[in-house]
Amino acid sequence: MKSFIRMFAIMKKEFLQLSRDRLTFGMIVGIPLMQLLLFGYAINTDVRNLSAAYVDEADTHLSRQFVSDIGASQVINIRQRVASVQQLRQLLDAGSISIGIALPDDFDRRVIERDRQAVQLLVDGTDPIILGVAQQLSSLPVRFDTQATPPSSVNLMEVRNFYNPERRSAVNIVPGLVGVILTMTMVLFTAVAIVREKERGNLELLINTPVKTPELMLGKIFPYIIIGLIQLVLVFSLGWYFFKVPIRGSQLDVLAASLVFIAANLSLGLLISTLVQTQFQAMQAAFFIFLPSILLSGFMFPFDGMPAIAQNIAEVLPLTHFNRLIRGIVLRGADIMSMWEELLALGVFMLVALTLAIARFSKRLD
Amino acid sequence: MLCGLLTPSAGVATVMGMDTRKESEALKQQIGYMTQRFSLYEDLTVKENLQFISEIYALSRTRRRIRIEQLLENFNLGKQVKQRAGTLSGGQKQRLALAAATLHEPKILFLDEPTSAVDPQNRRDFWETLFELADTGTTILVSTHYMDEAERCHSLAILDQGVKVADGSPKELGEGISYHVFEVVAEDPNRARLSLAKQKAITSITQLGVRLRVLIPKEVDDALQLIASTLKNSEVQAEVDQVLPDLEDVFVAVTQSRREGMPA
Repeated sequence: MKSFIRMFAIMKKEFLQLSRDRLTFGMIVGIPLMQLLLFGYAINTDVRNLSAAYVDEADTHLSRQFVSDIGASQVINIRQRVASVQQLRQLLDAGSISIGIALPDDFDRRVIERDRQAVQLLVDGTDPIILGVAQQLSSLPVRFDTQATPPSSVNLMEVRNFYNPERRSAVNIVPGLVGVILTMTMVLFTAVAIVREKERGNLELLINTPVKTPELMLGKIFPYIIIGLIQLVLVFSLGWYFFKVPIRGSQLDVLAASLVFIAANLSLGLLISTLVQTQFQAMQAAFFIFLPSILLSGFMFPFDGMPAIAQNIAEVLPLTHFNRLIRGIVLRGADIMSMWEELLALGVFMLVALTLAIARFSKRLD
Repeated sequence: MLCGLLTPSAGVATVMGMDTRKESEALKQQIGYMTQRFSLYEDLTVKENLQFISEIYALSRTRRRIRIEQLLENFNLGKQVKQRAGTLSGGQKQRLALAAATLHEPKILFLDEPTSAVDPQNRRDFWETLFELADTGTTILVSTHYMDEAERCHSLAILDQGVKVADGSPKELGEGISYHVFEVVAEDPNRARLSLAKQKAITSITQLGVRLRVLIPKEVDDALQLIASTLKNSEVQAEVDQVLPDLEDVFVAVTQSRREGMPA
């Protein structure tokens, strides 16, 4: 009973402090809002309007037709026509175009005889996404209207797009963003939570009182769980409003997965808080967690494509497991229990981090 | 260390019969500790701070209300109830800190250099409050480097580099040292000091404005004469008087003799 009174005292105090700290309060709402709008609109793997230039040495009816066809695809935006392939190379080198199109002077003959390539695409391959786009462009049919269709080669492979038929990136980004935002804010909030008391001298007071370490730790975690849930609701509401991202699975499953994930991140933050000496160090440590989380968790790049060592690192990060859970539930309508391993991983992570934090925190000054 | 915050490097400490290492949590419910630096929450109001502390000590609901009202009244903080602790003046902060430390009515109160940041008037008021507390039966342990504060205590101990070098009541301590204290009033105290510094029998000379306080071991016979003649030899005009040792002399005497390996 006394434990509960003490824990509630810590919680109440945290809430009071939060409500007075305008900057933190702003971060709770501001970070999700800004990141969602920024990433939701900016991260777009469905590429359009790549700058391009072309050289048309044939300058025939067919070649002009081809250039206008390829421009009409909207994938590229033809900026200019140049006189030679060398000039095309120069533009590519200068970075002013991403794709160059070269049509040789015997373009018509090549199209008719179909024995050699009729079009050459010069691509800035440094960005794999652009290279992929160029490969799609190469399947564009090139022939005279009157020309007999070559014996139709039936495409033996068919692509069927599940869950995201309109190929919108936001559908993938928004649920992933929930995890990224929660990682950033939750770890950061609790990482500074104990160090701040240390820096302001409040800890000297606290350790002289009968408050026990688990009471202090749990009392510090609970207020932020509520804040995490507020952010969760905020991101999904905005995601639905701006990007029409649906929640296909059960909302209860979303809540359950998020709760465990939030608790795991808060525990991690507390652990950081017991390891560092100043708020500045705490922030650095939080970013040390944050960056690999973004890059390796599958938020940015497909998890399966990463080398084994990166995958192993990613398996330790809570965001990796949460990404699988939340994308499964929100986008595929999966049942949370079909992914119980991920839930378990998050739970174990939380327990380990919290236990370490409690063990690390000493109510003594030495 | 006595509050159980530091682990003793050797030995065992007991406070009110409780081992500071093994029973530090139980001990914390019984003792109060006022930190040197203001350690309450600056972004909470006076009332909220006291409320928080009362909940941390898990006082009953009615007890909390009664104690907080009492303390606000006793420590004259009634007008500041809704003020944030960070905006209080030095004296108010100090009263609030003391109120928080005594909220759970501890039997022993530890104060770590409590008056290092307040003006003399506040210091005086603060000590008055402490005496009132002591009258109600609370034992108060104060650490300080102000000798005039130490003088107000019922009994005191002098620590030098972590070793207790003397203890007793202020009067006992003054009588207990093995030095005579002389006061030299000179027109040119600097020259007087320089001339006395050559005299090997003198243990220490402290300048206080135009006066010099001179410590000489009791074994030295006719110390008054010795000082007078030393001054005369260097042609310094001065009056010499034997005076009663104050705590500052005691402090100098006991720490000095420890360094020289002599008994105080």
